[in-house]
Amino acid sequence: MLNRGRNIEKGRVITRRMFILAAAKILLFAGISSRLYNLQISDREKYEILSDKNRIREWKTPPQRGIIVDNFNKVLASNDRVFQLHLILDEINDFDVTIFKIKNIIGLDQFEIKKLYKKKERLKPWDTLVVSDNLTWEQFSKINLYLHELEGAKPVLSTSRFYPYANDLVHIVGYVGDASPKDLEKPEIKENFVPGLKVGKYGIENSQEKMLIGNYGIKRYEVNASGKRISQIDYIKERQGNKVNLTIDIEIQKYAQELLKGKAGSICAMDIYTGEVVAMASSPTYDPNKFTHGINQKDWQEIRNNPLKPLINKSIAGLYSPGSTFKPLVALAALEYGILDPNKTIRCKGHKHPYELYGVKYHCWKKEGHGYMKLRNAIKQSCDIYFYEMARLLGVDRLSIIAKRYGLGTNVLGDLYNDEKKGLVPDTKWKKRALEQSWYLGETVINGIGQGYIQTTPLQLCLMTAQIANGGYKIKPHIIKDDSINYKDILNKIKLDQSNFPLHERNYLDDINVEYYQRMYHKKSNINFVLDAMFGSTNEQYGTSYKSRYDDPKYQFAGKTGTSQVRRITDLDRELDLDTDQIEYKKRDHALYVAFAPYKDPRYAISVIIEHGGSGSKAAAPLASKLIKRIIDRHKLREQFNNGNTSLA
Amino acid sequence: MLRERIQASNYSFLDKLRSIDYLLILLIIAIGSISVFAIYSTEGGKFSFYTKNHIIRLSVFFSLFLLLSFVRVSTWYKNAYLFYFVGLLLLITVLFFGISASGAKRWINLYFLNLQPSELMKIAVIICFARYYHRIQSSDIQSYKFLIQPIILLIIPCYLVIQQPDLGTSILIAGSGIAIIWLAGLNIKYFVYSGLLLLVSLPFAISILKPYQKSRILTFFNPDRDPLGAGYQIIQSKIAIGSGGFFGKGYLKGTQSYLEFLPEKHTDFIFTLFSEEFGFLGSIILLLLYILLIYRIINVGLVSRSFFAKLYCFGFATAIFLYVFVNIAMVLGMLPIVGAPLPIMSYGGSSLLSIMLGLSIVMSCKIYNQEQISAY
Repeated sequence: MLNRGRNIEKGRVITRRMFILAAAKILLFAGISSRLYNLQISDREKYEILSDKNRIREWKTPPQRGIIVDNFNKVLASNDRVFQLHLILDEINDFDVTIFKIKNIIGLDQFEIKKLYKKKERLKPWDTLVVSDNLTWEQFSKINLYLHELEGAKPVLSTSRFYPYANDLVHIVGYVGDASPKDLEKPEIKENFVPGLKVGKYGIENSQEKMLIGNYGIKRYEVNASGKRISQIDYIKERQGNKVNLTIDIEIQKYAQELLKGKAGSICAMDIYTGEVVAMASSPTYDPNKFTHGINQKDWQEIRNNPLKPLINKSIAGLYSPGSTFKPLVALAALEYGILDPNKTIRCKGHKHPYELYGVKYHCWKKEGHGYMKLRNAIKQSCDIYFYEMARLLGVDRLSIIAKRYGLGTNVLGDLYNDEKKGLVPDTKWKKRALEQSWYLGETVINGIGQGYIQTTPLQLCLMTAQIANGGYKIKPHIIKDDSINYKDILNKIKLDQSNFPLHERNYLDDINVEYYQRMYHKKSNINFVLDAMFGSTNEQYGTSYKSRYDDPKYQFAGKTGTSQVRRITDLDRELDLDTDQIEYKKRDHALYVAFAPYKDPRYAISVIIEHGGSGSKAAAPLASKLIKRIIDRHKLREQFNNGNTSLA
Repeated sequence: MLRERIQASNYSFLDKLRSIDYLLILLIIAIGSISVFAIYSTEGGKFSFYTKNHIIRLSVFFSLFLLLSFVRVSTWYKNAYLFYFVGLLLLITVLFFGISASGAKRWINLYFLNLQPSELMKIAVIICFARYYHRIQSSDIQSYKFLIQPIILLIIPCYLVIQQPDLGTSILIAGSGIAIIWLAGLNIKYFVYSGLLLLVSLPFAISILKPYQKSRILTFFNPDRDPLGAGYQIIQSKIAIGSGGFFGKGYLKGTQSYLEFLPEKHTDFIFTLFSEEFGFLGSIILLLLYILLIYRIINVGLVSRSFFAKLYCFGFATAIFLYVFVNIAMVLGMLPIVGAPLPIMSYGGSSLLSIMLGLSIVMSCKIYNQEQISAY
């Protein structure tokens, strides 16, 4: 009985303990369930993303760069077919063996192999290694022949930048190259970058990156744990960059470049109404195609060490004293401010009796002197003495107002080129601020002939000439085609401005801002006077560029020569009076010329600068004359083409 | 009539068939079928090696289960110690003649099956302890004399299994044994004291762990410590389960598994695969099936007359619970990865064999539930 009672007790204990255990089990299962709930319901999104991150891998495909065309849609920068060799790293068993085989087939040198190993280290095991981005056809066909022996090797037909006009355009279009860390900081590059993509390094390629770069494509693959592609899930096609249309006429550009061959200098040509830059040549030049696949050391040194400095875009980054090409503007300023009667006569007595101010002597360039001069003649024959006196009466501050208004002292093309120089139009305030000195009257005197502090770029001189030639209207110079700007509209705007003439209540003698396509002059007759004097300079006997004239009114142009000194002329120099080629190259004067054409109903302005070329009339004016003919010959074509374009738009 | 049935010889075959727990069999078939589908999915929807093997084993061991269900429970009782010592002998054999795989020596090659004796030991310990406590009077249970024996009986197999090394199985063996000691009615204070002792000795215990075991434990506390190494399994497992969501990614569509991000997906991580493809809903249903299974086993214990049957059933139910809990908690990142299969679901012959064996004893308890077992 006792035994039985004990047994009942034991049974109770076991059952009780079992229930305690069961309670614990229920608790723990509840714990598991809540954990499941957390993972699968609360945090589901997080784990879904992680799961997709696991299984989906993206490969970016590079976009094609937008092309660059000239005014006539001629391709200036294209995408050429190139042959490349890629290695798919996860398909390679032995990298060393594969590289050895490739080395024997396409002939890599030790340095290139080292570079490949370094490149490989930076890549992930499922990435693609670009062994060569520019194989010759021979190498490419050889690789294809031995392809069965090369695991992971992939011959690829790709594209790379090509500049068909190579040397003729590098200063405008620029070139591309591998992206530097600094390039990658730019948002437009950062957003669209794919490893291996070339980016703009200079010029339009650089400043129009946003237009040209395009958008990369994305290939999404499902991959397994070892990174092997299982299937393609998605392919977002890459988008080619936009076309950039320039105002340049490649034929004229080529010709300008040809005219400059063997010289250091620049030629700029501009439509005086639309502000379209037709040509902007800089010499010497270099081949941008060499930069696409990385320039080799020898070529780079050759470009860098050239004393004529091909890397400098002389049209916008070359600074020169304008010399006598500044005189039309000085004359205009003097007339506008009513400083002197254009009929006032000043006598130029030659080197023996120079202009004197506070005991300092200022010589005219002409040894024997010009004799009695009126203003028109002084411009035509470029008499310095007349301008010394006129500048003295005018004063530097008033001159600088007019000079700045006509385009000097600021960037012509805005921020299109990061190396464009502003130049310098000095005034008394500037000197106080920059040099902490007061202005001397003598500095005003030499400023009157475009020497001294004043510094201009060739494109600025071209713009200055254009804005005088179009009757004194402000234009918007540009090199990227803007369909909203066309000749007819501008002409209408100018006409409107003229008919509203009495309504202008502004004082054009003050330092005021002028809107585009509005007048900049105070009195129209003053502009006409200067234009007429420039006509004389080219088309009348004793004019400084008389030899370069055309008698045919179709080509007839008006211009102004300039010879800018690169150093101070001593009395000894005056005595020796050496010919240009007798002087050391570095010490020779720069030859300048500005012109507009045709004289009747002008459309184009041009500026020519030949560094150390000697006198403007001998070295610069003849080149301008040749180019003007070419420009005018192509004018009709351009007009037709542009009108066609606008009517289409 | 009751009198008649007390004598085992009086059980007619019809009686036996009538007293079979059909719900239990149904549950086993249900979980077994799910496991076939899950293993099929681990092979990416191809009917090949693992699926074939799993089906063969399931059918063979299920038949074995049905057959052994008719063995008298007293036979199990009589041979309980023998079972234990055979298990121990096999563990010692493994120590000397075992075959190794991935750094562990756990298996004996039986030609048709690589037997893992530690799996059999899980059941052996339960039977052995059930028999041990069946005899002991409740007044004696608290005495040291009767406490020291089961502890020794437990420590020997645990030590041998740890040597293989197989921490997970060793913990499960210890857990089952302790569960029966608890059920038998050992005073709670012993459990509290030994729990405290374990806590105090934990730093020492960790210091004698193998480096890979240590790293597993460290990884458990911070899986991101080594995401591609020691932490990889648990991170990928959590990603798979979490990304399954409520309804799952769909059968055969578990990307984590078919793209091979999941390690050990047909053995220890089978639940992960299931959960990825069938989601929260499927996981809870599977969990409910296990709970039902455990409930049915406990039920058999409740209707059994003998202490042996009661202790065995409650102990085995707790063991099943432990296997399920440790495995799922492990793949959910709630416990360190110790290597414990999910009963019936995981691919593995020995584990399946031991579960089926255990279940057949439960069924025999059910069929012969009125059998009195006298203390020998």
